Amino acid sequence: MIGYLARRIGAAAVILLVICAVTFVIFYVLPTDPALAACGKTCTPEYLARVRAEMGLDQPVHTQFWLYVSGVFAGREGCGFPCFGYSYQNALPVWDLLLDRLGASVSLAIGAAVLWLVAGVGIGVISALRQGSALDRTLMIATLTSASLPVYFVAMLLLLLVVRVTRILPYPAYVELTTDPVAWASNLLLPWVTLAALYAAMYARMSRAQLIETMAEPYIRTARAKGLPERIVVGKHGMRAAMTPIVTIFGMDLGGLLAGAMITETVFGLPGIGRLAYDGIVKADQPVILGTTLLAAFFVVFANLAVDLLYGVIDPRVRYS
Amino acid sequence: MSAAPAVTAGTAPPPVAAAGRSPSRLVWDRLRRDRAAVTGMVIVAVFVLVALAAPLLTAVSGWTPYEFDADAIDPNLAGMPRGALGGIGAEHWLGVEPISGRDIFARIVYGARVSLLIAVLATLVAVVLGTALGLLAGYVGGWVDAAVSRVMDLLMSFPALIFMIALISVMPDGDRVLLLVLIMGGFCWPYVGRIVRGQTITVKHREYVDAARVGGAMGGTILIKEILPNITAPILVYATLSIPANIGTEAALSFLGVGVPPPTASWGQMIQQAILYYEVDPMYFLIPGGCLFLTVLAFTLIGDALRDATDPKAAKR
Amino acid sequence: MILSVTDLTVSFGEVRVVDGVSFSVQCGKTLGIVGESGSGKSVSSLAVMGLHRNASVRGSIEFDGEELVGASPERLRSLRGSRMAMIFQDPLSSLHPFFTVGEQVAEAYRLHRRTSRKAARERAVEMLAEVGIPEPRRRAGEHPHRFSGGMRQRVMIAMALACEPDLLIADEPTTALDVTVQAQILELIARIQAERGLAVIMITHDLGVVARVADEVLVMYGGRAAEHAPARTVFAGPAHPYTRGLLASVPGAGLDRLVAIPGSPPSPQNPPGGCRFHPRCPSALDVCASERPALLGGGHKVACHLEGALHAVRH
Repeated sequence: MIGYLARRIGAAAVILLVICAVTFVIFYVLPTDPALAACGKTCTPEYLARVRAEMGLDQPVHTQFWLYVSGVFAGREGCGFPCFGYSYQNALPVWDLLLDRLGASVSLAIGAAVLWLVAGVGIGVISALRQGSALDRTLMIATLTSASLPVYFVAMLLLLLVVRVTRILPYPAYVELTTDPVAWASNLLLPWVTLAALYAAMYARMSRAQLIETMAEPYIRTARAKGLPERIVVGKHGMRAAMTPIVTIFGMDLGGLLAGAMITETVFGLPGIGRLAYDGIVKADQPVILGTTLLAAFFVVFANLAVDLLYGVIDPRVRYS
Repeated sequence: MSAAPAVTAGTAPPPVAAAGRSPSRLVWDRLRRDRAAVTGMVIVAVFVLVALAAPLLTAVSGWTPYEFDADAIDPNLAGMPRGALGGIGAEHWLGVEPISGRDIFARIVYGARVSLLIAVLATLVAVVLGTALGLLAGYVGGWVDAAVSRVMDLLMSFPALIFMIALISVMPDGDRVLLLVLIMGGFCWPYVGRIVRGQTITVKHREYVDAARVGGAMGGTILIKEILPNITAPILVYATLSIPANIGTEAALSFLGVGVPPPTASWGQMIQQAILYYEVDPMYFLIPGGCLFLTVLAFTLIGDALRDATDPKAAKR
Repeated sequence: MILSVTDLTVSFGEVRVVDGVSFSVQCGKTLGIVGESGSGKSVSSLAVMGLHRNASVRGSIEFDGEELVGASPERLRSLRGSRMAMIFQDPLSSLHPFFTVGEQVAEAYRLHRRTSRKAARERAVEMLAEVGIPEPRRRAGEHPHRFSGGMRQRVMIAMALACEPDLLIADEPTTALDVTVQAQILELIARIQAERGLAVIMITHDLGVVARVADEVLVMYGGRAAEHAPARTVFAGPAHPYTRGLLASVPGAGLDRLVAIPGSPPSPQNPPGGCRFHPRCPSALDVCASERPALLGGGHKVACHLEGALHAVRH
C-alpha cells in the first residue's frame, strides 16, 4: 500500500512537471513574440520591454523555463505565489483572477455533479434491473438523445423555455452562497441542469452496462445461493462491484469540469473560471489562457491522484498488487 | 441471468445461414436489420449529400452564404428578420440572420461542409496516427512501447478542450481548418492507439503470426498482413463514434471563438452568433442546433450498432 | 429421503434443457450426477435451489416433505443457504472480490439465524477453522484473491455449511483445482458429511470423482437420464453405451487404451429425435432414431433400446 501510494504520488509529480513543460512550449516557444502575445495588441513599446524582462525573454531558454516553473511552484516577485502568469491587460496576477472566480465554478461543479450522479446512476440502475423492458428502452433512447445535445444548445433551449416562454425562473445572475443560499441555488438551477444533462446520460449508460455485467458474475449467483434477499444481492453485492469503476470516472470528470464548464459558464454569464478563460480568448489575454490551462490541468492531475488513492481503499485487489 | 446461455453456448451449432458469408458481409447484414442503425445511416447520408451538393443547392435556393439581404430584415425592429419564425418563407427557406440578412439555408448547407470535413479529417488523422503508433508500441514492445504508452496516458489525462484553445490561441493565423484538424486529431489518436496496441499484443502471440514469422515473413509484412485485418473492427467502431465527438468539439471551439473564423460558416459558430438573439429570434439557434444534434445522434446510433454487430458479446447486453 | 425429484423438466422458452429427470438422495449419502457440459446436470441442481429466474420448472421437487415446485420465491430464499447450500466450480469468481472472506461466510449465517454481527463473525472464524484454514481469525479479515485455489474452495464450503444445511449441492467443485488439491477438497466434504449426516449431490463430468465419493450415480445425456444405479453397479457393469464410452475415456480405468466418444453433444435447441445418443452410439439400432427409450429396470435403470432388449433376455 505504501509503495502504491509513493508510486502514484511520484507519477503525479512528474505529470505536473510535464504539464509545465508543455504549457511553456505553447506560450513561450511557439509564439513569434511571446512578450507581445502576453501583453496584448494595445501594448506600448515601453511596457513591452518590461514584459520581456519579467518573462525573462532576454535570457536563454532553460533560464526562462526555470523562471516559469519556479514561479508556478514557489511564486515570483510582483506576481505572488503561486505565479500562474500576470495579466497585463488586467494589471493583476492571473492567480488572483482565478481565485476570484473559483467560487462560482465550484458551486456550478458540485451542484451539477450531485445532480448527474443521482440522476445518471439512478436511471442506469433502474434500466439494468428492467433490462429489455419498454421502460429500459425508453430511458436508453432518452439518454442517447441527451448525450447528443450540445451543451450550449441545451443551455439556450432551457433559457428559451424556462426563462423566456414560461417565465418560471428569472435569467440567472450569480449570487454567492454566503449571501443568500436560496438565491444561490435558484440562480444556479439552470446551469446545473445544463451541465448535468450530458454527464447524466453518460453515467446512466455506464452504470447500466456495469450493473448488467456484474449481475451476470458468478459471485452474484453465490449471493443468491446463500439465500440473500434480492435487495441485498443487488444493493450490496451488485452495486459494490458495479459502482467501483464509476467512482474513478467520476473523480476524473469532476477534475475535468473546471475546463468542461466553460461553455455553460459562458452561456449563462456565470463569473467562473471557464468564463474567465473565454474572456481571455475574446480579449486575446494570453496569460489568462495560460493560467486557466495550467489550473485546469493541475486539477485533473490532483483529481486522478485522489481517485487512485481512493481506489486503493475501495478496491482491495489494488492494495496488494 | 439464467444458466441457460452458459449451458447452451458451447453446444449451439453456427446458424446455417451464416455459412459462406464473409465477416464484413455478416456485419453489414446485422446493421441493415438494426432499425436505429438504418435511421442513423439515412440521416448521415442526407447531410453528406447536402454538404457535397452545397453549391448546387444554393444555386437552386438563390442565395449564397455570404450575400447580405437588406430587404429580409426590418430596420425598425433593430434588424430582426421580417416575417414569422426568423423569416422562413419561399425566398429564404430557413430564414435569415438578424442584422445581416444572410440566408440561413445557405449557411447551414455550407456549414455542413465545414463541420463534416473537419470532423472526418480529424478522425482520419487520429486513426492513422493511432494505428501507426499503436502497432509500433504493441509489436516492438520494450522502451518504444513504454514511451508511446506514457505519451498516450499523458494526452488522455489532459483536459483536451482547454489545451486545444491554448494551442490555437498562440498559433499564427494560417489555414484554420487544417490547424483544427491537426490539433483535434493530435488529441484523439491515443484512444485509437490504446485499442490498437492492446489488440496487437493479443494477436502477436497467436499461432498464425508465429507461423508467418517462422515462414520468413518480415516484421512489416507480418504487421500489415496478419495483425491489421484483425483490428479493423474496433478501429472502425472507434472512428464512427469519434466523428460525432469531433463534430461536437469543432462546434464547441467555434462556439468559444477559436474555431472557423467568419465569414466562413460552421454550425457551432452560427449558434454562438445566435446567442444574443435567442429570445427574439429562436429559429436562428434552433436550426443549426437541430442539425448538430441530428448529425451527432445519427453517428452515435451507427457507432453503437456497429459495435454490437462486430462484438456479439456486447450485443447481448 | 431429504430430497426427491420426480420427472423434473426445465425449459428456457421453447428449449427444454432438462427433460423428465428423477433422482433422490438421503441424509449421509452422496448422489453423483455425471454428464458432459450441456447434459442438464447443472441446470437440474440450480432448479432444486430455485435459482432459475427465466426458466419454467415442471415436475416435482420435494425437499424434506415440502414441495418446492411452485413454492413462493420468498420460501425458496429462506431455504437457500440455511437448509440447502451450493458450491460452484470456480471459487475465485464465485467469491465477491470486494468483501473479506469472514464477511462473506458470516453474511448468510447472520441473515438466516438473525444473530448479531459479532456472533456471526465468531461463527465465520469457527467455520474457517473447521474447513482447515490455518490462522482463521486473521484470514477472515482478508479478501478472496489473497487465498490459493484450494483455500478459496474451502472458504466456499465454510460459507455453504455455516448454517448447517441438510443438503449440499457441489457443482464441479474440484474442476478448477490442481489434482492434489482436488483430493483434499473431496476428503473435506466427505469428512463433514460423515460428521453431520449431510446429503450431497456431486455434479461432475469426472467419473474418477464419482467413483471416489458417490453411493449412487445418475448419468445424464442431452437433458435426460441415461443410466441410474448404485455406484458399484455402474462401475462393475455399465449398461448404457454412453456410460461405457465415458468409462472408456477415463485414464486408469483398467482399459488398455483410451477411447474418446466420437461426435459432439446434442444441441438443446435442435436435439436429435429418438434416443438423443443415437448419432454417436456405436451400437445404434433403427428404432433408436425414431423412438425415445424409456428408463427401465429396478435397481439398475437404463434408458436404451438395445439394453432394454438384453435385460428382457437376461431376466
